[in-house]
Amino acid sequence: MATTPAALSTPDISAPTEHGHVTNTGLSNEKLAMWAFLGSECLLFGALISTYFLYRGKSLSGPTPEEIYDIPYTSVSSFVLLMSSLTMVLALAAIQRADYRRLRVWLMATALLGASFIAGQVYEFTSFIREGLTIKTNLFGSSFFVLTGFHGVHVTLGIIMLLSLWNLSLRGKLTQDRTEVVEIAGLYWHFVDVVWIIIFTVIYLIPI
Amino acid sequence: MADEHGAHPTEAQYVRIALILAVVTAAEVGLFYTKFSKTLTNSILLIMAAVKFVMVAGYFMHLKFDNKILRRLFVTGFVLAVFCYVGYLVTLGVFV
Repeated sequence: MATTPAALSTPDISAPTEHGHVTNTGLSNEKLAMWAFLGSECLLFGALISTYFLYRGKSLSGPTPEEIYDIPYTSVSSFVLLMSSLTMVLALAAIQRADYRRLRVWLMATALLGASFIAGQVYEFTSFIREGLTIKTNLFGSSFFVLTGFHGVHVTLGIIMLLSLWNLSLRGKLTQDRTEVVEIAGLYWHFVDVVWIIIFTVIYLIPI
Repeated sequence: MADEHGAHPTEAQYVRIALILAVVTAAEVGLFYTKFSKTLTNSILLIMAAVKFVMVAGYFMHLKFDNKILRRLFVTGFVLAVFCYVGYLVTLGVFV
């Protein structure tokens, strides 16, 4: 196919991103995709939180949230997840200055804090089931387990991502020129943190 | 149009932000146990959650410093979700 003169004279609007590759927007496509994905995730969690609100106070039988929530325990879990955002951002800062040992330390710390949060959630779910609240018990049980369960799955996927990055770094395959990989994993990790900030407040702390 | 970046916070600033987040979380839990009016307590709790949300998104996710296209992508999804579901819940009589 012959190239037309118009095509030849089209101005080059592409520009290199901070990470070297060229895109039309000047932004990294991967980072753009992650932000678009996180925007869509707002709709997913919005639907789950709305469903919880819709069913709130409409259970015909117990246990109810007031009978079963352990606020001090969940507060500690929330604090752990919040601090994992700090260790994640310190991992990013470490790879930006090519400090690979600290990168691995902070990645592992983030994964361990995330795993502690999940362990706490498993304990919470187990104690709720022992007290008679399952996903099938009442509307509260269904909406609570689906919402917090979905969030837990997101945290678990984040932990897998972090451990993969740690492994790549250990094998010398995660160097300063791939900072963006850590940044994108960090965006996902911080997002699960901000979702929990909302869940903790509107589901646990705001009374019926 | 290159990727417009402002200067990211330093590690010390990240630690300070995390400390503020921890203090706000502690205040939220403290507020939960107070005996203020329900409306006042709920309003303050929502404001505190919003402050934490903005701090994590703005500083840890660098939304405050990154290109505005990225900010718009996320804010569009978030605002769409808020309007869509608040409208849905109001329609179903949840807040009335």
